[in-house]
Amino acid sequence: MELEYVYKRPSAISSEADGYCPGCLHSTANRIIAEVLDEMDAVGRTIAVFPVGCAVLSAGYFLTDMTIAAHGRAPAVACAIKRCRPDRLVFTYQGDGDLAAIGMCETIHTANRGENITVIFINNSIFGMTGGQMAPTTLIGQASTTGGPSRNPDEVGYPFKMCELINQLEAPKYIARFALDSVPHIREAKKGIKRAFSIQMNGGGYSFVELISNCSTNWKTTPLKSLKFMREKMIPYYPLGEFRKPEEEE
Amino acid sequence: MDFEFLEGCEAIAEAAVRAGCRFFAGYPITPQTEVPEYMSRRMPEVGGIFLQGESEIAAINMVYGAGASGVYAMTSSSSIGIALKTEGISYLAAARIPAVILNFQRGGPGIGNITASQSDYWQCVKGPGSGGHRCMVFSPSTIQECVDIMGMAFEKAFRDRNPVFVLLDGSIGNIKEPVKLPDMKPVPDKDAFDWCLSGCEGRAPRQLLPILPEDPSKFAEHATEMYARWQKEDVLVAEDLPDDAEVIVTAYGTAGRIAGACVKRLRKEGLKIGMIRPLTVSPFPIASFRKLDAGSTRLIIDVEMAKPAQMVEDVRLAVNGRIRVEALEIPGGIIPTDEDVYEGITGIIKGVNENGA
Amino acid sequence: MFLINIDFQKCKACGYCIQVCPNKVLAAGSELNEKGYAVTIPERLDKCVGCSMCATVCPEAAIEILKSKTTPQERNAR
Repeated sequence: MELEYVYKRPSAISSEADGYCPGCLHSTANRIIAEVLDEMDAVGRTIAVFPVGCAVLSAGYFLTDMTIAAHGRAPAVACAIKRCRPDRLVFTYQGDGDLAAIGMCETIHTANRGENITVIFINNSIFGMTGGQMAPTTLIGQASTTGGPSRNPDEVGYPFKMCELINQLEAPKYIARFALDSVPHIREAKKGIKRAFSIQMNGGGYSFVELISNCSTNWKTTPLKSLKFMREKMIPYYPLGEFRKPEEEE
Repeated sequence: MDFEFLEGCEAIAEAAVRAGCRFFAGYPITPQTEVPEYMSRRMPEVGGIFLQGESEIAAINMVYGAGASGVYAMTSSSSIGIALKTEGISYLAAARIPAVILNFQRGGPGIGNITASQSDYWQCVKGPGSGGHRCMVFSPSTIQECVDIMGMAFEKAFRDRNPVFVLLDGSIGNIKEPVKLPDMKPVPDKDAFDWCLSGCEGRAPRQLLPILPEDPSKFAEHATEMYARWQKEDVLVAEDLPDDAEVIVTAYGTAGRIAGACVKRLRKEGLKIGMIRPLTVSPFPIASFRKLDAGSTRLIIDVEMAKPAQMVEDVRLAVNGRIRVEALEIPGGIIPTDEDVYEGITGIIKGVNENGA
Repeated sequence: MFLINIDFQKCKACGYCIQVCPNKVLAAGSELNEKGYAVTIPERLDKCVGCSMCATVCPEAAIEILKSKTTPQERNAR
């Protein structure tokens, strides 16, 4: 009997890839990025920049050229790579602590310069690798090891909505937020990543893709229950959708 | 080529361009702001890239990205700005990405002042970032020496895949003097480097990772071997050592220039005096001090624009107790006159003669 | 006719695929892999329609789905 693939593991992912917790949607994000790279036949033209935090584990996933930046500095590293090698596909892959806390300055300025790179932002509302500390994106009322059992906005302010913040800038060309909790959401996210990469490869400019993700380990729940938290708590606060896209795309 | 009358910052920047530098990222800070200003004009003319970082931290990380791409990349800053860059410099060393970094030292600590200083020798030589790595550090005294060194700085950075410092100060950056610039060199082909990031089409993927390998001793062994090789092959030093010298003055950079004038004056006055002026302080010219004859040389005077003096520790290590070492310490942020240094040196000699060893 | 390949060492038994499958093809297994996870098994493969939703939600890319190629003759025979 001759067989053909209905779904095949993307070739851009290493067979050795491992590291994330069971059910961690970082892995899903990696998988769909890899699928897009395969579909665009871009693996050999890609340079990836990974951060510090759980997202650094992705460095072990991709079979592309890559480097790891200091905590929060991935956009500064990536924009220089892109300017030196403008025909390559350059993306950063950053978590919320990296992108919205220590790296906020680089995040905003790189977006404001309209650097022709793609920033992929994994928002799981907590510091993962260090064990569940409060992130800039931790929800009001959410527990963390440094923000107490319930984030209190009177003391520590409100969670950053990064897409909305970047949407205040003139230069960015594509700004979108997706979620990784369900089949339709994952499919939309993949389309969004492909759109961002295509804009970049057509010389379009800066693209920002936020992916609402989970952290069942530090949320102290199961993978399946973490999906419920995403749907009931995160997505209502972080509305999904394309905040900005090039006119010809509309 | 003819001499041109150039300001230090601009001459150094132009020398970098002529050495093949095609990427510069910087952030304004006195006394080196003329370097990014010059590069912002010059880079577009030569097809290079200039980026003003949103901070010193962003600028060093831009250099990290450019170096990773195989481009001769440089950043420039001063003392407190370098302190911010040390995170990135540590990452450069760990990921083995080359870069050239200019440090125009100013008085410190804190905001300090914007006057020339040598109080960041330790910063560049001993602690250019976390993790115990080292950088090669050039320590020129004149603008001519600066421009002559720039080509070498990039070559060594790329040879070793390690960041290189050029240790300067606010004086050398802002004085003007006649200088003969080097010829324009061809820009190295960035694809010729077999380690840089370019996309893995037709080859295995490359990773530049600032993470210790599974066997952490691998990086340490590589680094230790590299530092030992520098000591054998890369020391630059200007020696003026008469056979019968009783006193040796040692100093680098601007202090070396001022002290050098004093040595000449004292020799004219009949003193048996010599000088060791390091042009690299990392690797430190240990051999120059080791070969001194303790029978004839009885005193080494280290002159620094830093109080407490910093390089003097390396001098003492090199001498290893064989010869008395004293330091003439001028606090950072004060540029001494020839007369100040002359009086300081003669005062130390007088004190030693009166009180004995 | 579909075939679901679940990479035995890659599966981390998060349960996403079991929950998402509309035909309850997949089930929690009992055999542990090297990492200690009870690897999911395609228990009722005959019910699989090849929708690939399990593969879409699998973080580990541990699931691959294949189908038997139908020849023109087979297609005509239907």
